[in-house]
Amino acid sequence: MTLLAQVPTGSGQPPPEPPAARSGRYRLLPYLLLLPGAAWLLVFFGVPLVQLASASLYDPSGSLSTGYAMTWAFGNYPDVLQAYWPQFLRSFGYAGVALVLALLLGYPLAYAIAQKAGRWKNLLLVCVVAPMFTSFLVRTLAWKTILSDNGALVGLLRDVHLLAPDGRLLATPFAVVLGLTYNFLPFLVLPLYASLERLDYRLLEAASDLYASPVEAFRRVTLPLSMPGLIAGTLLFFIPASGDYINAELLGTPNEYMIGNVIDSAFLVRLDYPQGAALSFLLMAAILAVVFGYLRRAGTEEVL
Amino acid sequence: MAETPAGDLRLANLTKRFGIFTAVDDLSLTVPQGSFFALLGASGCGKTTTLRMIAGLEEPTSGQVLLGDRDIARLRPYKRPVNTVFQSYALFPHLNIFENVAFGLRRRGIRSVDDEVLRMLSLVQLDGYGNRRPAQLSGGQQQRVALARALINRPQVLLLDEPLGALDLKLRRQMQIELKRIQTEVGITFVHVTHDQEEAMTMADTVAVMNAGRIEQLGAPADIYEFPATAFVANFLGQSNLLAGEAAGTAGGEVAVTAHGGRFSVPAGRARADRGAVHLGVRPEKLHLVGSADQVPAGHQHVTGVVTDASYVGVSTQYLLRTGWGTELSVFAANSGAVAQVPVGSEAVAYWDPRHAFLLPRDVADSDRTSPVLDEPVGASS
Repeated sequence: MTLLAQVPTGSGQPPPEPPAARSGRYRLLPYLLLLPGAAWLLVFFGVPLVQLASASLYDPSGSLSTGYAMTWAFGNYPDVLQAYWPQFLRSFGYAGVALVLALLLGYPLAYAIAQKAGRWKNLLLVCVVAPMFTSFLVRTLAWKTILSDNGALVGLLRDVHLLAPDGRLLATPFAVVLGLTYNFLPFLVLPLYASLERLDYRLLEAASDLYASPVEAFRRVTLPLSMPGLIAGTLLFFIPASGDYINAELLGTPNEYMIGNVIDSAFLVRLDYPQGAALSFLLMAAILAVVFGYLRRAGTEEVL
Repeated sequence: MAETPAGDLRLANLTKRFGIFTAVDDLSLTVPQGSFFALLGASGCGKTTTLRMIAGLEEPTSGQVLLGDRDIARLRPYKRPVNTVFQSYALFPHLNIFENVAFGLRRRGIRSVDDEVLRMLSLVQLDGYGNRRPAQLSGGQQQRVALARALINRPQVLLLDEPLGALDLKLRRQMQIELKRIQTEVGITFVHVTHDQEEAMTMADTVAVMNAGRIEQLGAPADIYEFPATAFVANFLGQSNLLAGEAAGTAGGEVAVTAHGGRFSVPAGRARADRGAVHLGVRPEKLHLVGSADQVPAGHQHVTGVVTDASYVGVSTQYLLRTGWGTELSVFAANSGAVAQVPVGSEAVAYWDPRHAFLLPRDVADSDRTSPVLDEPVGASS
């Protein structure tokens, strides 16, 4: 069209306009394509979110049997924060420690698969993803068996005196962090892998040629270029890990409970909907705050 | 950084094997300090492997890389006073042009890099581009950044790995002149790897023609072109007509040759073999076409044939002349206006001055060789 427009038509008449109906339909097309997804989001995310927001402001003295009254009880928020701040802190603490462990495990793993694995690349990737073929619950229960007091691992650690004779692994913060690390590791590894796979080894040769030692080359070239994957991976790891309740439930005790456990019990055990809803919103707000703080510090053009 | 100690680059018995494949075979050569040296060869001839061994990106199987008196063959690349302009440029995509150029200085802990970087950017005519990203630059500009990024370190040797390969012809010509200018200006030893014979001849003081991991011939471009050492060189560097013949020894400063029933002679100084199977070589532009044998000037030698093809390429016309025994000779006639075009299908005589011919040893099984061995651009065509 632009080409046509530049060509003088000789007769002095402007080039014919494209049919209006056609261009109109094409202008609508992107919105039509968005429609199913947007409807889905509205019905299954937007509506429940509003529902939850209003539930968090119900009169806390109500119950499922007597019914709830909307009293705009903003006091629910300070109340739950006061009651459950240790679980909040613990959630982010455990998720943070698990993230560090996962980075120590996952970065070298992703790097090795992406840059060094050669023809084993696909097999190794399948190995990373394979555990996901079984349910989250089953995997965590398997860890429960592995870490159990009369299991082989505890026996071995006791024998080599890494663990006191009455020491245990299960029902400790260690077990919960281990479970979180294990369960969410693939979410960190896969985006990292995608980033590192695109890394051109010739850039590392160039860095080496320009007086960068291997450590410097990693810091100046590999790490910055893997930043998009690193950011995506840490978010995909940290967000579900900090809201998780299965690991604390199965591998820990109430002393290791995270905020997910509290929300779970507010909704399903104590049937205290206003509290559960207020906690859910606080968790969401806290995660958003952490994520935005993180992106502001580490963010690159590609992410923001 | 500081003044570099005097030192030529010497490769001594350098060998590199990948499994059973020998990429570089017992290579020895000396590159004098401050010279522009070209390693010329087809892809797979080992020239890039040689370059990578000098850079430290490949470890030699055996042999030495000497810079002055120091053997650097086993030094890590980041410890060598050598920098490379990579074929792919390998600019850091996450850094702007300024930081790309400053990279080497910063890695060596130099704090104030601004003046030097700006000076370098202006040397490669990229003033004001410091804040751009590599992806925002054209191929030619990226190439110049790669050059600046390497040169700023004032290496003892600058390695160039087909740095102009990705550029279009016009830009390539421009960059060739540019590179030569910069080399003269900074006085650093340049080792330039290329498969483009024209590029090698335009820029280098010394050209080494490589084939199958070995150097076939080394010398000034004109010397190699005018008097190639092997049939490979004769057809890789430009084009040659090589006629299979038998030499019968030197007599009176001339070597007598019999080829396809004709009797020819070559000055002894232009013969690399004077007995047995030889190739009698003449460059296409040294052949001249006339209509009949009596038009051949005295003291010249000739063959007769039929013109089977004529391509007009502007500066010259390239003819194919089929001889009586079936070989097609290339003849380039400059379009100086002095001679008329010879029509296709007509009989013609190609003559040459014996002082422009040369004799090369030949495998007994080898016959005439007239077309380039490889699909390379011909010198006269561009």
